[in-house]
Amino acid sequence: MSATFAPRRVWAPWRSLVVVFLWMMHLSAYTLAQASTSSPGWLNPNERRSGLDFKSEDLQTQQNDDAINPAFLWVDQGAKMWSESATPQTPSCQSCHLHAPTSMKGVALKYPQWDGRTKQLINLEKQINDCRVKKQHLKPLSYESDELLALTSWIALASRGMKLEKNIAQNLVPAFERGQAFYEKRIGQNNLSCAHCHTANFGQRLGGEIISQGQPHAYPAYRLEWQKMGSLQRRLRACLSGVKAEILPFGSQELLELELYLNFRGQGLRLESPGVRR
Amino acid sequence: MGARILIPPSPKAGDVIDVRILIQHPMETGFRHELSGSVVPKNVLRELRLDFNGLVLLDAELGTGTAANPFIQFQTKLFESGWFNLRWVDDMGVQGSERVQCFLRTS
Repeated sequence: MSATFAPRRVWAPWRSLVVVFLWMMHLSAYTLAQASTSSPGWLNPNERRSGLDFKSEDLQTQQNDDAINPAFLWVDQGAKMWSESATPQTPSCQSCHLHAPTSMKGVALKYPQWDGRTKQLINLEKQINDCRVKKQHLKPLSYESDELLALTSWIALASRGMKLEKNIAQNLVPAFERGQAFYEKRIGQNNLSCAHCHTANFGQRLGGEIISQGQPHAYPAYRLEWQKMGSLQRRLRACLSGVKAEILPFGSQELLELELYLNFRGQGLRLESPGVRR
Repeated sequence: MGARILIPPSPKAGDVIDVRILIQHPMETGFRHELSGSVVPKNVLRELRLDFNGLVLLDAELGTGTAANPFIQFQTKLFESGWFNLRWVDDMGVQGSERVQCFLRTS
């Protein structure tokens, strides 16, 4: 080599230090993800699969064809509720939030999130009810009512196909960590954690069922077992019942934190709601 | 309680088309019990009728063997544009209806 390259070689160790420094900066931005990857509940991005992959071909067809997807009965109802005022005095959702398919794009993916005013974690259902009480002066809708499911599925539809990308803000880290701990903690008379089935044994059989990864991205979903639409929290409660644990009430802090963790754990999957599940 | 009538967007006259109906209904069998022990009363779609411009295409009485949110599919031929009218009554006497317009393609 000619002598002209000599100065560069002298500077090479310094340059590699810069690279290492930048790499560490990058890591510190993702400490949360780094901390999670070694935990027993975690799935690597390349392992994450939609719950639909574990279901029969019939069910996949039913979800993928909007024409025969029964969840769209609730979506239709939600679209109607969105644009119509409940009473002549109250504003409709649309009068503030405009056309949902454009204005609500990506909104469903942001929840659960921190509500600065009430200083607590809220999910989409809670946000809808807050809006109803404060802005529309209506009574809040009860969990699992057809009306609330209709509105959540209509709002979720606007984000369908978008990737789950949950950024855990600093003030959400404690809630996230509690959600993660809940996922990995043994509970109930069966003494199982969520991770035992949905991380360690997904794809295996449990009776007639194939165990999914417990990904949250199809909810609110139409579940054949329920013969109606249901929220993610209803599904989580069904699992709590399955391991014979205490069934937590709808909207409880633990379920919200678990929702938050699941949304982070399923990052990279695309929102499928309104989905169809067994 | 809503319904969807699903037809191909613009069929030709004389084409065999699929007509698909999806109705939101719990279809209570009358065999289920509440947690308190009381029986959930039977409530299924007693009458279901689909007509096209007044011509009855489907007249059904559903029973307790039909799942919730019934999905019904059949084939027919159309020779004119017009409206599909769906009407139903359940055991509680609740009525519902849905209509959808179908245009035939001329070419």
